Amino acid sequence: MSLRIDQDHSRFRNIVRGKIRQNLRRYISHGELIGRKGKDVVSVPIPQIDIPRFRFADRQQGGVGQGDGDIGDPVGGQEGDRSGPGRAGKDPGEHILEVDVTLDELAQILGEELELPDIEDKGKSKIASTKDRYTGIRRVGPESLRHFKRTYREALKRMIASGTFSPERPVVVPIPDDKRYRSWKTDVEPVANAVIIYMMDVSGSMGDEQKEIVRIESFWIDTWLKSQYKGLESRYIIHDAVAREVDRDTFFYTRESGGTMISSAYKLCLKIIEENYPADEWNIYPFHFSDGDNWSMDDTLTCVELLKQKILPKVNMFGYGQVESPYGSGQFIKDLRELFSKEEKLVTSEIRDKDAIVTSIKEFLGKGK
Amino acid sequence: MSDAALKTHLPSYLREWQNRIEEVARGHGLDFFPVVFEILTYDQMNEIAAYGGFPNRYPHWRFGMEYEQLSKSYEYGLSKIYEMVINSNPSYAYLLEGNSVTEQKLVMAHVIAHVDFFKNNFAFRATDLDASGRVDPVRKIENYDPNRKWIDKMANHGQRVRRIIERHGIQKVEEFIDECLSLENLIDPHLPFAGPHVAEVEDEHAAIEVPRLRSKDYMDPFINPEDYLEEQRRKIEEARERQKRFPERPERDVLLFLLNHAPLERWERDILEIIRTEAYYFLPQMQTKIMNEGWASYWHSKIMTEGVLDASEIIDYADRNAGVLATSGGRLNPYKLGVELFRHIEERWDKGQFGREWEECDSLEMKRHWDMRLGLGRKKIFEVRALYNDVTFIDEFLTPEFCHEHKLFSFGWSNRNERYEIESREFKQVKDKLLFQLTNAGNPFIYVEDANFENRGELLLRHEHQGIDLRADWARETLRALVRIWKRPVSVQTIFDGKGTMLRYDGREHTSRLFKTS
Repeated sequence: MSLRIDQDHSRFRNIVRGKIRQNLRRYISHGELIGRKGKDVVSVPIPQIDIPRFRFADRQQGGVGQGDGDIGDPVGGQEGDRSGPGRAGKDPGEHILEVDVTLDELAQILGEELELPDIEDKGKSKIASTKDRYTGIRRVGPESLRHFKRTYREALKRMIASGTFSPERPVVVPIPDDKRYRSWKTDVEPVANAVIIYMMDVSGSMGDEQKEIVRIESFWIDTWLKSQYKGLESRYIIHDAVAREVDRDTFFYTRESGGTMISSAYKLCLKIIEENYPADEWNIYPFHFSDGDNWSMDDTLTCVELLKQKILPKVNMFGYGQVESPYGSGQFIKDLRELFSKEEKLVTSEIRDKDAIVTSIKEFLGKGK
Repeated sequence: MSDAALKTHLPSYLREWQNRIEEVARGHGLDFFPVVFEILTYDQMNEIAAYGGFPNRYPHWRFGMEYEQLSKSYEYGLSKIYEMVINSNPSYAYLLEGNSVTEQKLVMAHVIAHVDFFKNNFAFRATDLDASGRVDPVRKIENYDPNRKWIDKMANHGQRVRRIIERHGIQKVEEFIDECLSLENLIDPHLPFAGPHVAEVEDEHAAIEVPRLRSKDYMDPFINPEDYLEEQRRKIEEARERQKRFPERPERDVLLFLLNHAPLERWERDILEIIRTEAYYFLPQMQTKIMNEGWASYWHSKIMTEGVLDASEIIDYADRNAGVLATSGGRLNPYKLGVELFRHIEERWDKGQFGREWEECDSLEMKRHWDMRLGLGRKKIFEVRALYNDVTFIDEFLTPEFCHEHKLFSFGWSNRNERYEIESREFKQVKDKLLFQLTNAGNPFIYVEDANFENRGELLLRHEHQGIDLRADWARETLRALVRIWKRPVSVQTIFDGKGTMLRYDGREHTSRLFKTS
């Protein structure tokens, strides 16, 4: 049955997507694309449009809460969560609503939102291993897996129902029927057969904001590819005039200064591929982020040679993302586009600011490679 | 309502439970409208909840937004709506398909108490559709059976808006609705009970003393001839007329004022009227959130534990009940606050802990063991549920002991640490803050001050500043909406950072200037 709400809902979606009513777009509360990131959970703000009204300035108002704590202690509820506790009335437009989702779900949402096609597997060999996960409750099982709380609850229920429970002497004795056990499911997990090689320019002209963009972008690429390949490895290369391989944290938080020789990174990338990831067994995804300011045209030509002869034949796709910085000339992307206009495996994308990340992800991943 | 099409009627075993619960409720003295329960699947539930409980509203994107948030929260397992009940006669309430019988019983008991509250609390009399003129909030009415067919009324609004959309196009109409919604909170909660304005008996028609030119008696008819005097009188009258402010008194129902005086097209007036009517409909619920939920929680636990639950259900019931009343992360839960206050009142009146003697008693020891065995508690809470709203409820019945026992605190934003911090546990501070939050349903007081500001037909509003500034960017956006309705520049007088400020929007640009506050 189609719901009456569908109309209103699709209208809302269209406003959020900017298809209609552009004047409302400035009221949309954007959180950051990713909020906090626990082990396997991220929180995604649901877009919300606030209708402006005469209202009180939030921070001056404060409110009343209930619970423990001394004067000066912080009140529960994080930054950005501005609905004061206990605010009476259900008033839309108070705070950014966040939901926690697992990475799998997130990738699914991402895929739906951006209409990303599933990646066509190149049919490369896959090795699978199995893993057990505890997912449910059963009435039978080994004692070592007994679920104490559930068992206790069942026993308590039974005793109250049969009238043998006395609050004065609250002793609960489970009988075999009360017992509950954890049960598990066996999942097949393929061994990694895809690798992402991230390369980033860390020369002086890349500022914190540019890195933030790269961080967010790479998070989404990771998330998407993880949902497509059950196992995924990531490698990280930073470069200025020379390139080196680093771990994830260093990748995002290093800041160097100096010139830029992009070819150094491509050489290292090629070396990694050749040594570890034979092209007929692996799906390979190099991504390179830079502000597009290369040292010289000569070096650019070296890069082009490397790409054309060595790298592109081995990889599924090569992504080049160019972030805008006040210092860079942004020439590199123009060169690439000019020289590789027919090459489908090379995808280029310009990322002006944080809002452009979404479009850029679509450019990178929208081809189903 | 298309309940037949939705197959939402109650199965017979729940129907039996409804009868049983209503019987128990009546036995306790609850007095409610007939309640129609319907069973919905979760997406029907989310849809109806998004529409504020009504199966049929006018089309608007914000309902779609609500729906998205509700259904995403449900899908991600964050929250689900157990129940929903709407203030109407008969009342409609919705149960979620797939809940356990224990849960359904709990919800039904909760709902019945809500409906009792709708019927008996004075604030809700403002939603009687057959009330004419001034609504008397306290008069007892025999066999009270008001017309509150709000389902029909809202559906009718939906039809009207749909017809307007057909004629003028969704874009145009929706934009206008958005503008009206920007002003939705500018209504006067006291208006339904105020009755018609009693014109102040000012000496409007008092004889106008026309100043005469000085003259000797015998010369007077020549120096001040009759037609000269007449002309002077007319001039003075005109000047007086001009001086008369419009509106004469500051007008708090900004929507009504615009409805009566803004240059609107007919369809625009129609929409503004719909928005205003619905704003008044939802107002009592905002004014009595704590009481209403408290009352319903009080009764669901009474009804459930005294005759409706069987022993095997106690654990599940207690689990759900604890969930409803839980407080976590320092949040104030209106259910919890309300039910505890009602119980507190009941205990005080049972033990006679009120009145002069009690208040003048200084001995803590005596107060602790104070029990006059009056047994007036039940009677008192019924009286409270009829005659109070959240503001008066908290004002009168929140005691320092209660505040302490329930660990209430007030919090505020700390600029230094960039976070909200606990400010105080002092009774006075906590109570003040709570009352401020509840007053005018948390909205600033805004009045129409002058509709011919500076004699240019501009609209002047005044924000009655009570210590907290307006949110400046939103205030500017709201002015924008006002200008589109008023069609002339609009200003609002307020205070920012202790300085009197006049914000003005003339249709092209925003300006602000300082002015002296008296």
